[in-house]
Amino acid sequence: MDLSAINPVLLIASLMVAATPLLLAAIGELVVEKSGVLNLGVEGMMIVGAIAGFAAAVETGSPLLGFVAAAIAGALLSLLFVIMTQVALANQVASGLALTLFGLGLSALMGQKYVGVKPPQMGRIDIPVLSDLPVFGRVLFGHDVVLYFGIALTAAVWAVLKYSRVGLILRAVGENHDAAHALGYKVVKIRTLAILFGGACAGLGGAYISLIRVPQWTEGMTAGIGWIALALVVFASWKPWRALLGAYLFGGVTVVQLNLQAAGVAIPVEYLAMSPYLITILVLVILSADKSSAPASLGRSFHASR
Amino acid sequence: MSTPPLLTIEGLTKAYPGVVANDHVSFTIGEGEVHALLGENGAGKSTLVKMIYGLVKPDSGRMTLRGASYKPAEPRQARADGIAMVFQHFSLFDALNVAENIALGMENPPALRDLAARIREVSEAYGLPLDPFRTVGDLSAGERQRVEIIRCLLQDPKLLIMDEPTSVLTPQEVEILFETLKKLKSEGTSILYISHKLEEIRALCDHATILRLGKNVGECVPRDTSARDMAELMVGTALKTPERGAREFGDVALDISGLSVPAPSAFGTTLKNVHLAVRRGEILGIGGVAGNGQDELLAVMSGEVTCARDAVKFDGKPIGHMGPTARRALGVLTAPEERLGHAAAPDMSLTENALLTGSVREGLENNGFLKWGATKTFAEKIIKAFDVRTPGPENAARSLSGGNLQKFVIGREVLQRPEVLVVNQPTWGVDAAAAAAIRQALLDLAANGAAVICISQDLDELMEISDNFAALNEGRLSAPRPTAELTVDEIGLMMGGAHGMEVAHV
Repeated sequence: MDLSAINPVLLIASLMVAATPLLLAAIGELVVEKSGVLNLGVEGMMIVGAIAGFAAAVETGSPLLGFVAAAIAGALLSLLFVIMTQVALANQVASGLALTLFGLGLSALMGQKYVGVKPPQMGRIDIPVLSDLPVFGRVLFGHDVVLYFGIALTAAVWAVLKYSRVGLILRAVGENHDAAHALGYKVVKIRTLAILFGGACAGLGGAYISLIRVPQWTEGMTAGIGWIALALVVFASWKPWRALLGAYLFGGVTVVQLNLQAAGVAIPVEYLAMSPYLITILVLVILSADKSSAPASLGRSFHASR
Repeated sequence: MSTPPLLTIEGLTKAYPGVVANDHVSFTIGEGEVHALLGENGAGKSTLVKMIYGLVKPDSGRMTLRGASYKPAEPRQARADGIAMVFQHFSLFDALNVAENIALGMENPPALRDLAARIREVSEAYGLPLDPFRTVGDLSAGERQRVEIIRCLLQDPKLLIMDEPTSVLTPQEVEILFETLKKLKSEGTSILYISHKLEEIRALCDHATILRLGKNVGECVPRDTSARDMAELMVGTALKTPERGAREFGDVALDISGLSVPAPSAFGTTLKNVHLAVRRGEILGIGGVAGNGQDELLAVMSGEVTCARDAVKFDGKPIGHMGPTARRALGVLTAPEERLGHAAAPDMSLTENALLTGSVREGLENNGFLKWGATKTFAEKIIKAFDVRTPGPENAARSLSGGNLQKFVIGREVLQRPEVLVVNQPTWGVDAAAAAAIRQALLDLAANGAAVICISQDLDELMEISDNFAALNEGRLSAPRPTAELTVDEIGLMMGGAHGMEVAHV
């Protein structure tokens, strides 16, 4: 085995890339759950976003337009969830599972003619001084714009939830929808917007996999990242920065174990492959030992007459 | 009362499928007036105030606020017009802090820091101390209500609506609340006060409107009207005072001696050396301020908490080690205080709830198979005998109003022909007529030879039905004394735990 083949600079750069789809999906779901809705359809919205973004990027030749299309596709799919759970008051768990299954099937159908196609490449941004810094310049400041968008989104969601009135109302709706209704807030409207936001974020996360991380289209290529995002939100105790930490940890362990596999370390591949899930969950379980708990109305249907 | 009208309501009507909640209700609230809205459970009080607060749209009728037409489309608009409401079930967010909760109820809240300063200012001005940065989930019922009241006060309301504000408060908290309300009144704020506690209304309110089955059936000046007259207006018929026939006391049915039980939880009360004996035909009343061991005492008698064999005896046989089902088979039945979750399973139907405690004594089970037909008949019998207002026994327990469910859970035990019946707060949240019916049922039960223990915080109730009275204080039970000989002062001393005083009095 040859550990010297592992380049720490490349390692950090690739872990940031590996973490971004997970981060985007988790931040979106975090906002959805803060509003009191449990959408288990993240995986489905991601994969539809992945193919929609891929197709749009190939057809228009612009990766950025691809991301826009992915966000719209994810939001459109989540609109289906809105109709089921907010209008028809269907069970959220069942609706979310249905959304995932539907999304997987729909993406396979949409992607038939894109298998083996190469997408246009996303340009890296070039920040004048920072990108030219030795070592760290390349690692931290030489990525694509969507990666930075993910980090900025985390900061924005954190600040909005903590300091703004919109965030306060969102938390209130997730905490006690009956009381929020009694105060005159439009519970269904607020939740609908949150679900659409979550769908758009999941779509972006999916497109990041098909356009940047892998870049190609294969069926079922999100490979459970949506489910990890769901778990991440819970173990991050619904806190944005912890979700970022968890996503980077997951991305980091994923990249390290791939490098270890390549270096031929004498640990069975199965153990290495499970290590990202195991370590991420372990760390977050320890972190979530404080008293913060789920939004009290999470998963409960709201109807104004009750 | 020659105050100029603040809010005039004329012919307000609201119908729901199958029920007319309000039928041409009219009344007037003057400036600076405390106006009471009286009525039984389900008389339409809540629907009426929801219309005033803009949560429900009336089908017809008019409201006039200070001479201008008033049609709130949503609570936001009602608040903008100076109408604020304190809800019966608090509309608070447990995970948020006091200041955040208050900000949610305001149109244009200032920055949290300024708001916190204002909360401190207002809470001190009205004698309602409150820390703006505490999490609401950690507050007591009284403190939570303060949050709601301060939320209203910060908007300088012209009319404050209070929906049954005292049902969750301790007597001390009620006093503080009344001081605040009197202060508000002196500053010219009108208050619409909803309650069925007649004594409170007599102490506080200038004017009362009485609703029955959605209709306006009368008005009165509470100060000049007796509680009994008001109750009769509410019920619509002459109120029957429970009759206590002369009863012979039989043998001791339930005997507790030297019972000490450690507190079941960190917030519980330890029972210390409790002695009591009830004879057949006797009603023993147990009073005391809430949280002095009432729930624990009931748990020991029901068998939820087991103790030494000999500490609890039924007809001389030790039953302290038996669980609830074995005790039920013997005829020792209990009805706990908490209706939803303890006395009844909220999401199960009334039939299923009837089965849960009735299966042993009513024979509703056959080798593990349930007799649904017989159970339904039993549930219907309870509904009929205790006038439970529900479309039928297939409805979920949760769908009943508090008072109606109380009638059901008490009726369920009374109809199982108990030898010993222990009830905790049997008429809590029940309107006057139903309370009288429940008390009458307890008296009839005793007259038929059952021993009854009634734990209650309502002293009038205990004075009315019990033969002997004992008080719980910090887990200690005073020696029982005949109710007829007791004065209010003596009861106060017993509840305060001055056990030594009894010797001096006797």
